[in-house]
Amino acid sequence: MEHITLLLGIVIVTALVFDFTNGFHDTANAMATTISTGALRPKTAVAMSATLNLVGAFLSVEVAKTISGGIINEQGIRVEVIFAALVGAILWNLLTWLLGLPSSSSHALFGGLIGAAVASAGWSAVNGSTVVTKVLIPAVAAPIVAGLASMLATRLSYAVSSHTDEKAASKGYRAGQIASAGLVSLAHGTNDAQKTMGIITLALVTGGVLAPGSNPPTWVIVSAGMAIALGTYLGGWRIIHTLGKGLTDLAPQQGFAAQTSAATAILASSHIGFSLSTTQVCSGAVLGAGMGRKGGVVRWSTATRMFAAWGLTLPAAGLVGAGAELLTRQGTWGTVVTGVLLIAGSTVIWALSRRKPVTSDNIHEIEPESAGVVTAAVAAVTPPPAGPVATADAPVDATADLKTTIPSPDAGTSAEPNRAATV
Amino acid sequence: MKIDWAALGSVFGVSLVVTVALVGLFTLGVVGLTKKESAEGGTAALAVTGAYACFAACAAAVAYGIYLIVA
Repeated sequence: MEHITLLLGIVIVTALVFDFTNGFHDTANAMATTISTGALRPKTAVAMSATLNLVGAFLSVEVAKTISGGIINEQGIRVEVIFAALVGAILWNLLTWLLGLPSSSSHALFGGLIGAAVASAGWSAVNGSTVVTKVLIPAVAAPIVAGLASMLATRLSYAVSSHTDEKAASKGYRAGQIASAGLVSLAHGTNDAQKTMGIITLALVTGGVLAPGSNPPTWVIVSAGMAIALGTYLGGWRIIHTLGKGLTDLAPQQGFAAQTSAATAILASSHIGFSLSTTQVCSGAVLGAGMGRKGGVVRWSTATRMFAAWGLTLPAAGLVGAGAELLTRQGTWGTVVTGVLLIAGSTVIWALSRRKPVTSDNIHEIEPESAGVVTAAVAAVTPPPAGPVATADAPVDATADLKTTIPSPDAGTSAEPNRAATV
Repeated sequence: MKIDWAALGSVFGVSLVVTVALVGLFTLGVVGLTKKESAEGGTAALAVTGAYACFAACAAAVAYGIYLIVA
Protein backbone atom coordinates (compact mmCIF):
# COMPACT_ATOMS: atom_id res chain seq x y z
CA MET A 1 0.00 0.00 0.00
CA GLU A 2 2.96 2.32 0.45
CA HIS A 3 3.24 2.93 -3.29
CA ILE A 4 -0.16 4.54 -3.68
CA THR A 5 0.34 7.85 -5.38
CA LEU A 6 -1.91 10.86 -5.06
CA LEU A 7 -3.56 10.13 -8.41
CA LEU A 8 -4.20 6.52 -7.47
CA GLY A 9 -5.68 7.67 -4.16
CA ILE A 10 -7.99 10.05 -5.98
CA VAL A 11 -9.09 7.30 -8.37
CA ILE A 12 -9.85 4.92 -5.51
CA VAL A 13 -11.91 7.54 -3.70
CA THR A 14 -13.73 8.43 -6.93
CA ALA A 15 -14.46 4.78 -7.62
CA LEU A 16 -15.97 4.45 -4.17
CA VAL A 17 -18.03 7.58 -4.78
CA PHE A 18 -19.28 6.04 -8.00
CA ASP A 19 -20.12 2.87 -6.09
CA PHE A 20 -22.04 5.00 -3.62
CA THR A 21 -24.06 6.73 -6.36
CA ASN A 22 -24.63 3.33 -7.92
CA GLY A 23 -26.24 2.00 -4.74
CA PHE A 24 -28.06 5.26 -4.27
CA HIS A 25 -29.41 5.19 -7.81
CA ASP A 26 -30.38 1.55 -7.87
CA THR A 27 -32.18 1.17 -4.56
CA ALA A 28 -35.26 1.94 -6.59
CA ASN A 29 -34.87 -1.19 -8.68
CA ALA A 30 -35.32 -3.50 -5.77
CA MET A 31 -37.43 -1.45 -3.45
CA ALA A 32 -39.55 1.11 -5.32
CA THR A 33 -42.57 -1.12 -5.84
CA THR A 34 -42.11 -2.70 -2.43
CA ILE A 35 -42.35 0.72 -0.85
CA SER A 36 -45.21 2.01 -2.99
CA THR A 37 -47.44 -1.00 -2.37
CA GLY A 38 -46.76 -0.76 1.34
CA ALA A 39 -45.13 -4.18 1.59
CA LEU A 40 -42.33 -2.63 3.63
CA ARG A 41 -41.97 0.73 5.31
CA PRO A 42 -39.53 2.99 3.41
CA LYS A 43 -36.71 2.86 5.97
CA THR A 44 -37.11 -0.88 6.48
CA ALA A 45 -37.01 -1.47 2.75
CA VAL A 46 -33.78 0.43 2.16
CA ALA A 47 -32.18 -1.13 5.24
CA MET A 48 -33.01 -4.60 3.95
CA SER A 49 -31.77 -3.75 0.49
CA ALA A 50 -28.53 -2.29 1.88
CA THR A 51 -27.87 -5.38 3.97
CA LEU A 52 -28.44 -7.68 1.03
CA ASN A 53 -26.21 -5.53 -1.16
CA LEU A 54 -23.45 -5.78 1.42
CA VAL A 55 -23.91 -9.53 1.70
CA GLY A 56 -23.93 -9.78 -2.08
CA ALA A 57 -20.61 -7.94 -2.29
CA PHE A 58 -18.95 -10.64 -0.22
CA LEU A 59 -20.77 -13.59 -1.74
CA SER A 60 -19.24 -13.85 -5.13
CA VAL A 61 -15.57 -14.53 -5.66
CA GLU A 62 -15.91 -14.10 -9.40
CA VAL A 63 -14.39 -10.66 -9.83
CA ALA A 64 -15.10 -8.72 -12.96
CA LYS A 65 -12.03 -9.50 -15.02
CA THR A 66 -12.62 -6.54 -17.27
CA ILE A 67 -14.44 -3.45 -16.14
CA SER A 68 -16.00 -2.78 -19.48
CA GLY A 69 -16.56 -6.31 -20.78
CA GLY A 70 -14.60 -5.63 -23.94
CA ILE A 71 -16.30 -2.37 -24.88
CA ILE A 72 -13.02 -0.52 -24.82
CA ASN A 73 -9.53 -1.77 -25.31
CA GLU A 74 -8.20 -1.96 -21.77
CA GLN A 75 -4.66 -2.70 -22.76
CA GLY A 76 -2.40 0.12 -21.72
CA ILE A 77 -5.26 2.08 -20.20
CA ARG A 78 -3.98 4.89 -18.01
CA VAL A 79 -5.19 5.63 -14.51
CA GLU A 80 -6.30 9.07 -15.69
CA VAL A 81 -8.69 7.49 -18.17
CA ILE A 82 -10.36 5.50 -15.41
CA PHE A 83 -10.63 8.65 -13.34
CA ALA A 84 -12.18 10.63 -16.21
CA ALA A 85 -14.67 7.83 -16.91
CA LEU A 86 -15.74 7.80 -13.26
CA VAL A 87 -16.25 11.56 -13.29
CA GLY A 88 -18.59 11.25 -16.28
CA ALA A 89 -20.50 8.37 -14.73
CA ILE A 90 -20.92 10.04 -11.33
CA LEU A 91 -22.17 13.33 -12.77
CA TRP A 92 -24.69 11.60 -15.04
CA ASN A 93 -25.90 9.43 -12.16
CA LEU A 94 -26.40 12.50 -10.00
CA LEU A 95 -28.17 14.45 -12.72
CA THR A 96 -30.62 11.64 -13.50
CA TRP A 97 -31.20 11.26 -9.78
CA LEU A 98 -32.02 14.97 -9.54
CA LEU A 99 -34.57 14.49 -12.31
CA GLY A 100 -35.85 11.34 -10.62
CA LEU A 101 -35.19 9.21 -13.67
CA PRO A 102 -34.10 5.61 -13.36
CA SER A 103 -31.14 5.13 -15.70
CA SER A 104 -28.51 2.45 -15.82
CA SER A 105 -25.41 3.05 -13.70
CA SER A 106 -23.50 0.53 -15.76
CA HIS A 107 -24.33 2.36 -18.96
CA ALA A 108 -23.18 5.60 -17.35
CA LEU A 109 -19.87 3.92 -16.51
CA PHE A 110 -19.57 2.49 -20.02
CA GLY A 111 -20.32 5.91 -21.49
CA GLY A 112 -17.67 7.53 -19.33
CA LEU A 113 -15.14 4.88 -20.29
CA ILE A 114 -15.91 5.22 -23.98
CA GLY A 115 -15.63 9.01 -23.87
CA ALA A 116 -12.41 8.96 -21.89
CA ALA A 117 -10.87 6.23 -24.04
CA VAL A 118 -11.73 8.03 -27.28
CA ALA A 119 -10.32 11.30 -25.97
CA SER A 120 -7.20 9.46 -24.88
CA ALA A 121 -6.50 7.13 -27.79
CA GLY A 122 -8.98 7.85 -30.57
CA TRP A 123 -11.95 5.88 -31.87
CA SER A 124 -9.91 2.73 -32.36
CA ALA A 125 -9.95 2.27 -28.59
CA VAL A 126 -13.66 1.51 -28.73
CA ASN A 127 -15.06 -1.78 -29.88
CA GLY A 128 -18.15 -0.63 -31.77
CA SER A 129 -19.82 -3.98 -32.26
CA THR A 130 -19.51 -4.78 -28.55
CA VAL A 131 -21.26 -1.51 -27.78
CA VAL A 132 -24.17 -2.68 -29.92
CA THR A 133 -24.34 -6.19 -28.50
CA LYS A 134 -23.70 -5.32 -24.87
CA VAL A 135 -25.42 -1.98 -24.51
CA LEU A 136 -27.83 -1.07 -27.28
CA ILE A 137 -29.63 -4.35 -27.87
CA PRO A 138 -29.98 -5.20 -24.16
CA ALA A 139 -31.31 -1.69 -23.58
CA VAL A 140 -34.11 -2.30 -26.05
CA ALA A 141 -34.68 -5.93 -25.11
CA ALA A 142 -34.70 -5.61 -21.31
CA PRO A 143 -37.89 -3.59 -20.88
CA ILE A 144 -39.67 -5.68 -23.51
CA VAL A 145 -38.71 -9.00 -21.92
CA ALA A 146 -39.50 -7.97 -18.37
CA GLY A 147 -42.49 -5.88 -19.37
CA LEU A 148 -44.19 -8.62 -21.35
CA ALA A 149 -43.57 -11.22 -18.64
CA SER A 150 -44.88 -8.89 -15.98
CA MET A 151 -47.92 -7.92 -18.05
CA LEU A 152 -48.93 -11.52 -18.73
CA ALA A 153 -48.30 -12.50 -15.12
CA THR A 154 -50.45 -9.62 -13.90
CA ARG A 155 -53.26 -10.62 -16.26
CA LEU A 156 -53.09 -14.23 -15.17
CA SER A 157 -52.97 -13.32 -11.52
CA TYR A 158 -56.03 -11.08 -11.76
CA ALA A 159 -57.89 -13.72 -13.76
CA VAL A 160 -57.16 -16.48 -11.23
CA SER A 161 -58.00 -14.44 -8.18
CA SER A 162 -61.05 -12.61 -9.51
CA HIS A 163 -63.35 -13.92 -6.78
CA THR A 164 -61.18 -13.50 -3.73
CA ASP A 165 -61.25 -10.96 -0.97
CA GLU A 166 -58.75 -8.36 -2.08
CA LYS A 167 -57.76 -7.23 1.38
CA ALA A 168 -56.88 -10.67 2.66
CA ALA A 169 -55.02 -11.48 -0.53
CA SER A 170 -52.94 -8.28 -0.47
CA LYS A 171 -51.09 -9.50 2.59
CA GLY A 172 -49.94 -12.57 0.70
CA TYR A 173 -48.77 -10.60 -2.31
CA ARG A 174 -46.84 -8.19 -0.12
CA ALA A 175 -45.00 -11.08 1.50
CA GLY A 176 -44.18 -12.56 -1.88
CA GLN A 177 -42.97 -9.23 -3.14
CA ILE A 178 -40.48 -8.93 -0.29
CA ALA A 179 -38.88 -12.21 -1.35
CA SER A 180 -38.47 -11.17 -4.97
CA ALA A 181 -37.20 -7.73 -3.95
CA GLY A 182 -34.63 -9.46 -1.77
CA LEU A 183 -33.42 -11.47 -4.74
CA VAL A 184 -33.03 -8.33 -6.85
CA SER A 185 -31.00 -6.66 -4.08
CA LEU A 186 -28.75 -9.65 -3.64
CA ALA A 187 -28.12 -9.96 -7.36
CA HIS A 188 -27.36 -6.24 -7.50
CA GLY A 189 -24.79 -6.50 -4.72
CA THR A 190 -22.96 -9.35 -6.41
CA ASN A 191 -22.90 -7.59 -9.78
CA ASP A 192 -22.39 -3.93 -9.11
CA ALA A 193 -20.16 -4.01 -6.06
CA GLN A 194 -17.95 -6.37 -8.04
CA LYS A 195 -17.73 -3.80 -10.78
CA THR A 196 -16.22 -1.21 -8.44
CA MET A 197 -13.85 -3.79 -7.01
CA GLY A 198 -12.80 -4.51 -10.57
CA ILE A 199 -12.16 -0.82 -11.26
CA ILE A 200 -10.11 -0.29 -8.11
CA THR A 201 -8.15 -3.46 -8.72
CA LEU A 202 -7.47 -2.44 -12.31
CA ALA A 203 -6.30 0.98 -11.12
CA LEU A 204 -4.01 -0.65 -8.56
CA VAL A 205 -2.59 -2.97 -11.20
CA THR A 206 -2.14 -0.11 -13.65
CA GLY A 207 -0.42 1.93 -10.95
CA GLY A 208 1.95 -0.94 -10.27
CA VAL A 209 0.76 -1.57 -6.71
CA LEU A 210 -0.62 -5.01 -7.46
CA ALA A 211 0.71 -7.68 -9.77
CA PRO A 212 -1.39 -8.17 -12.90
CA GLY A 213 -4.09 -10.80 -12.42
CA SER A 214 -4.29 -10.36 -8.66
CA ASN A 215 -7.52 -10.69 -6.76
CA PRO A 216 -8.76 -7.56 -5.04
CA PRO A 217 -7.29 -7.07 -1.57
CA THR A 218 -9.67 -7.41 1.35
CA TRP A 219 -9.78 -3.67 2.02
CA VAL A 220 -11.05 -3.16 -1.54
CA ILE A 221 -13.84 -5.71 -1.08
CA VAL A 222 -14.85 -4.26 2.27
CA SER A 223 -14.80 -0.64 1.17
CA ALA A 224 -16.68 -1.32 -2.07
CA GLY A 225 -19.32 -3.32 -0.22
CA MET A 226 -19.69 -0.58 2.39
CA ALA A 227 -19.94 2.18 -0.21
CA ILE A 228 -22.70 0.50 -2.18
CA ALA A 229 -24.59 -0.45 0.99
CA LEU A 230 -24.36 3.09 2.34
CA GLY A 231 -25.62 4.51 -0.94
CA THR A 232 -28.46 2.02 -0.97
CA TYR A 233 -29.41 2.84 2.60
CA LEU A 234 -29.52 6.58 2.00
CA GLY A 235 -31.82 5.78 -0.88
CA GLY A 236 -32.44 7.71 -4.06
CA TRP A 237 -35.95 8.64 -3.00
CA ARG A 238 -36.60 10.62 -6.15
CA ILE A 239 -36.07 7.58 -8.34
CA ILE A 240 -37.97 5.36 -5.92
CA HIS A 241 -40.88 7.74 -6.25
CA THR A 242 -40.80 7.68 -10.06
CA LEU A 243 -40.52 3.93 -10.31
CA GLY A 244 -42.97 3.16 -7.54
CA LYS A 245 -45.61 5.78 -8.19
CA GLY A 246 -44.68 8.01 -11.10
CA LEU A 247 -44.94 5.51 -13.92
CA THR A 248 -48.15 3.83 -12.85
CA ASP A 249 -50.23 3.08 -9.75
CA LEU A 250 -49.45 -0.34 -8.41
CA ALA A 251 -51.67 -2.59 -6.30
CA PRO A 252 -49.85 -5.22 -4.20
CA GLN A 253 -50.79 -7.87 -6.73
CA GLN A 254 -49.18 -5.88 -9.55
CA GLY A 255 -46.17 -5.03 -7.44
CA PHE A 256 -45.65 -8.71 -6.81
CA ALA A 257 -45.92 -9.57 -10.51
CA ALA A 258 -43.54 -6.74 -11.46
CA GLN A 259 -40.94 -7.63 -8.84
CA THR A 260 -41.07 -11.34 -9.65
CA SER A 261 -40.67 -10.66 -13.34
CA ALA A 262 -37.73 -8.36 -12.65
CA ALA A 263 -35.99 -10.90 -10.41
CA THR A 264 -36.57 -13.69 -12.92
CA ALA A 265 -35.36 -11.69 -15.90
CA ILE A 266 -32.22 -10.54 -14.06
CA LEU A 267 -31.31 -14.02 -12.92
CA ALA A 268 -32.16 -15.61 -16.26
CA SER A 269 -30.09 -13.03 -18.15
CA SER A 270 -27.03 -13.30 -15.94
CA HIS A 271 -27.25 -17.09 -15.92
CA ILE A 272 -27.85 -17.63 -19.62
CA GLY A 273 -25.33 -14.99 -20.55
CA PHE A 274 -27.14 -12.18 -22.25
CA SER A 275 -26.75 -9.57 -19.61
CA LEU A 276 -29.55 -7.05 -19.22
CA SER A 277 -29.38 -3.88 -17.20
CA THR A 278 -31.14 -4.18 -13.85
CA THR A 279 -32.59 -0.70 -14.10
CA GLN A 280 -34.17 -1.28 -17.46
CA VAL A 281 -35.51 -4.67 -16.46
CA CYS A 282 -37.16 -3.22 -13.37
CA SER A 283 -38.62 -0.20 -15.17
CA GLY A 284 -39.99 -2.45 -17.90
CA ALA A 285 -41.52 -4.77 -15.33
CA VAL A 286 -43.28 -1.86 -13.64
CA LEU A 287 -44.64 -0.62 -16.96
CA GLY A 288 -45.82 -4.13 -17.83
CA ALA A 289 -47.61 -4.53 -14.51
CA GLY A 290 -49.30 -1.19 -15.09
CA MET A 291 -50.54 -2.29 -18.48
CA GLY A 292 -51.57 -5.74 -17.28
CA ARG A 293 -54.36 -4.62 -14.97
CA LYS A 294 -57.67 -3.72 -16.42
CA GLY A 295 -58.03 0.02 -16.12
CA GLY A 296 -54.36 0.42 -15.23
CA VAL A 297 -52.87 3.77 -16.18
CA VAL A 298 -49.34 4.20 -17.42
CA ARG A 299 -48.07 7.77 -17.37
CA TRP A 300 -46.39 7.78 -20.72
CA SER A 301 -45.03 11.29 -20.32
CA THR A 302 -42.91 10.09 -17.42
CA ALA A 303 -42.04 6.90 -19.27
CA THR A 304 -40.95 8.90 -22.31
CA ARG A 305 -38.63 11.05 -20.20
CA MET A 306 -37.17 7.87 -18.77
CA PHE A 307 -36.61 6.41 -22.24
CA ALA A 308 -34.96 9.67 -23.29
CA ALA A 309 -32.64 9.45 -20.29
CA TRP A 310 -31.69 5.91 -21.29
CA GLY A 311 -30.82 7.08 -24.77
CA LEU A 312 -28.78 9.98 -23.47
CA THR A 313 -26.87 8.05 -20.81
CA LEU A 314 -24.10 6.79 -23.05
CA PRO A 315 -23.42 10.00 -25.04
CA ALA A 316 -23.81 12.32 -22.05
CA ALA A 317 -21.56 10.38 -19.70
CA GLY A 318 -19.21 9.97 -22.66
CA LEU A 319 -18.98 13.70 -23.30
CA VAL A 320 -18.23 14.44 -19.66
CA GLY A 321 -15.73 11.59 -19.57
CA ALA A 322 -14.01 12.91 -22.69
CA GLY A 323 -13.88 16.43 -21.28
CA ALA A 324 -12.46 15.15 -18.01
CA GLU A 325 -9.85 13.12 -19.87
CA LEU A 326 -8.73 16.14 -21.89
CA LEU A 327 -8.31 18.05 -18.63
CA THR A 328 -6.47 15.35 -16.71
CA ARG A 329 -4.11 15.04 -19.64
CA GLN A 330 -2.74 18.49 -18.91
CA GLY A 331 -0.90 17.13 -15.91
CA THR A 332 -1.37 17.19 -12.19
CA TRP A 333 -3.15 20.53 -12.17
CA GLY A 334 -5.63 19.18 -14.71
CA THR A 335 -6.42 16.23 -12.48
CA VAL A 336 -6.91 18.53 -9.54
CA VAL A 337 -9.18 20.82 -11.58
CA THR A 338 -11.21 17.81 -12.70
CA GLY A 339 -11.59 16.73 -9.09
CA VAL A 340 -12.66 20.22 -8.08
CA LEU A 341 -15.16 20.35 -10.95
CA LEU A 342 -16.57 16.99 -9.90
CA ILE A 343 -17.06 18.18 -6.35
CA ALA A 344 -18.51 21.50 -7.53
CA GLY A 345 -20.89 19.82 -9.98
CA SER A 346 -22.07 17.38 -7.35
CA THR A 347 -22.60 20.22 -4.88
CA VAL A 348 -24.68 22.17 -7.39
CA ILE A 349 -26.86 19.13 -8.12
CA TRP A 350 -27.26 18.44 -4.42
CA ALA A 351 -28.17 22.07 -3.76
CA LEU A 352 -30.76 21.98 -6.54
CA SER A 353 -32.23 18.82 -5.05
CA ARG A 354 -32.85 20.60 -1.75
CA ARG A 355 -35.36 22.88 -3.43
CA LYS A 356 -37.89 20.08 -3.56
CA PRO A 357 -36.53 17.29 -1.43
CA VAL A 358 -37.96 13.80 -1.62
CA THR A 359 -37.30 11.75 1.50
CA SER A 360 -38.49 8.61 3.18
CA ASP A 361 -40.93 10.75 5.14
CA ASN A 362 -42.78 12.37 2.27
CA ILE A 363 -42.48 9.67 -0.37
CA HIS A 364 -46.06 8.55 0.05
CA GLU A 365 -47.48 12.06 0.05
CA ILE A 366 -46.00 13.43 -3.13
CA GLU A 367 -48.46 13.15 -5.94
CA PRO A 368 -47.27 11.75 -9.23
CA GLU A 369 -47.41 13.94 -12.26
CA SER A 370 -50.92 13.71 -13.67
CA ALA A 371 -50.83 15.31 -17.08
CA GLY A 372 -47.49 16.15 -18.60
CA VAL A 373 -48.63 19.23 -20.49
CA VAL A 374 -50.53 20.81 -17.64
CA THR A 375 -47.81 20.32 -15.07
CA ALA A 376 -45.21 21.61 -17.48
CA ALA A 377 -47.25 24.73 -18.05
CA VAL A 378 -47.85 25.26 -14.35
CA ALA A 379 -44.21 24.72 -13.56
CA ALA A 380 -43.24 27.21 -16.23
CA VAL A 381 -45.41 29.88 -14.63
CA THR A 382 -44.57 29.16 -11.01
CA PRO A 383 -41.42 30.98 -9.97
CA PRO A 384 -38.87 28.61 -8.49
CA PRO A 385 -38.76 28.86 -4.71
CA ALA A 386 -35.85 30.82 -3.34
CA GLY A 387 -33.67 28.04 -2.02
CA PRO A 388 -30.11 27.40 -1.09
CA VAL A 389 -29.10 27.55 -4.74
CA ALA A 390 -26.62 30.20 -3.79
CA THR A 391 -24.49 27.50 -2.18
CA ALA A 392 -23.13 27.01 -5.65
CA ASP A 393 -21.36 30.33 -5.56
CA ALA A 394 -17.60 30.04 -5.94
CA PRO A 395 -17.05 27.65 -8.84
CA VAL A 396 -20.09 28.73 -10.83
CA ASP A 397 -18.14 29.60 -13.94
CA ALA A 398 -16.24 26.39 -13.89
CA THR A 399 -19.29 24.22 -13.45
CA ALA A 400 -21.21 26.03 -16.10
CA ASP A 401 -19.19 24.47 -18.86
CA LEU A 402 -19.37 21.11 -17.19
CA LYS A 403 -23.10 21.29 -16.94
CA THR A 404 -23.59 22.32 -20.51
CA THR A 405 -22.11 19.06 -21.63
CA ILE A 406 -24.98 17.23 -19.95
CA PRO A 407 -28.08 17.68 -22.07
CA SER A 408 -31.18 17.38 -19.97
CA PRO A 409 -33.72 14.85 -21.20
CA ASP A 410 -36.23 17.45 -22.21
CA ALA A 411 -37.27 21.01 -21.73
CA GLY A 412 -40.02 20.17 -19.27
CA THR A 413 -37.69 18.83 -16.64
CA SER A 414 -38.88 21.44 -14.20
CA ALA A 415 -42.21 19.66 -14.26
CA GLU A 416 -40.90 17.05 -11.92
CA PRO A 417 -43.38 14.68 -10.36
CA ASN A 418 -42.40 15.87 -6.94
CA ARG A 419 -43.13 19.47 -7.69
CA ALA A 420 -45.83 19.67 -5.08
CA ALA A 421 -43.56 18.72 -2.19
CA THR A 422 -44.05 20.89 0.82
CA VAL A 423 -42.69 19.20 3.87
CA MET B 1 -20.77 -8.24 -35.33
CA LYS B 2 -22.31 -11.34 -33.87
CA ILE B 3 -25.51 -10.99 -31.95
CA ASP B 4 -26.36 -13.95 -29.81
CA TRP B 5 -30.02 -14.19 -30.76
CA ALA B 6 -30.28 -17.68 -29.27
CA ALA B 7 -29.23 -16.44 -25.83
CA LEU B 8 -31.56 -13.47 -26.09
CA GLY B 9 -34.38 -15.77 -27.12
CA SER B 10 -33.73 -18.11 -24.18
CA VAL B 11 -33.66 -15.22 -21.74
CA PHE B 12 -36.94 -14.05 -23.19
CA GLY B 13 -38.57 -17.47 -23.06
CA VAL B 14 -37.29 -18.42 -19.63
CA SER B 15 -38.26 -15.07 -18.09
CA LEU B 16 -41.73 -15.28 -19.56
CA VAL B 17 -42.47 -18.88 -18.58
CA VAL B 18 -40.91 -18.73 -15.12
CA THR B 19 -42.52 -15.41 -14.21
CA VAL B 20 -45.97 -16.44 -15.34
CA ALA B 21 -45.65 -19.84 -13.65
CA LEU B 22 -44.42 -18.38 -10.35
CA VAL B 23 -46.97 -15.60 -10.21
CA GLY B 24 -49.69 -18.08 -11.17
CA LEU B 25 -48.64 -20.53 -8.48
CA PHE B 26 -48.38 -17.86 -5.86
CA THR B 27 -51.79 -16.47 -6.79
CA LEU B 28 -53.27 -19.97 -6.48
CA GLY B 29 -51.69 -20.23 -3.05
CA VAL B 30 -53.10 -16.90 -1.95
CA VAL B 31 -56.52 -17.82 -3.33
CA GLY B 32 -56.35 -21.17 -1.52
CA LEU B 33 -55.58 -19.53 1.79
CA THR B 34 -58.41 -17.03 1.49
CA LYS B 35 -60.80 -19.83 0.48
CA LYS B 36 -60.02 -21.53 3.77
CA GLU B 37 -62.15 -19.05 5.66
CA SER B 38 -65.24 -19.53 3.49
CA ALA B 39 -65.08 -23.31 2.98
CA GLU B 40 -65.50 -25.92 5.71
CA GLY B 41 -64.20 -29.40 6.56
CA GLY B 42 -62.52 -31.38 3.84
CA THR B 43 -62.55 -28.63 1.20
CA ALA B 44 -60.83 -26.25 3.57
CA ALA B 45 -58.10 -28.75 4.38
CA LEU B 46 -57.60 -29.44 0.70
CA ALA B 47 -57.40 -25.74 -0.11
CA VAL B 48 -54.83 -25.14 2.60
CA THR B 49 -52.73 -28.13 1.57
CA GLY B 50 -52.82 -26.98 -2.04
CA ALA B 51 -51.89 -23.46 -0.99
CA TYR B 52 -48.89 -24.64 0.98
CA ALA B 53 -47.79 -26.81 -1.90
CA CYS B 54 -47.88 -23.73 -4.15
CA PHE B 55 -45.89 -21.68 -1.64
CA ALA B 56 -43.38 -24.49 -1.26
CA ALA B 57 -42.83 -24.51 -5.02
CA CYS B 58 -42.30 -20.73 -4.95
CA ALA B 59 -39.88 -21.05 -2.03
CA ALA B 60 -37.96 -23.65 -4.00
CA ALA B 61 -37.74 -21.23 -6.90
CA VAL B 62 -36.38 -18.52 -4.59
CA ALA B 63 -33.84 -20.96 -3.19
CA TYR B 64 -32.75 -21.82 -6.72
CA GLY B 65 -32.46 -18.11 -7.42
CA ILE B 66 -30.16 -17.65 -4.43
CA TYR B 67 -28.17 -20.64 -5.58
CA LEU B 68 -27.76 -19.03 -9.01
CA ILE B 69 -26.55 -15.78 -7.44
CA VAL B 70 -24.08 -17.45 -5.10
CA ALA B 71 -22.75 -20.02 -7.55
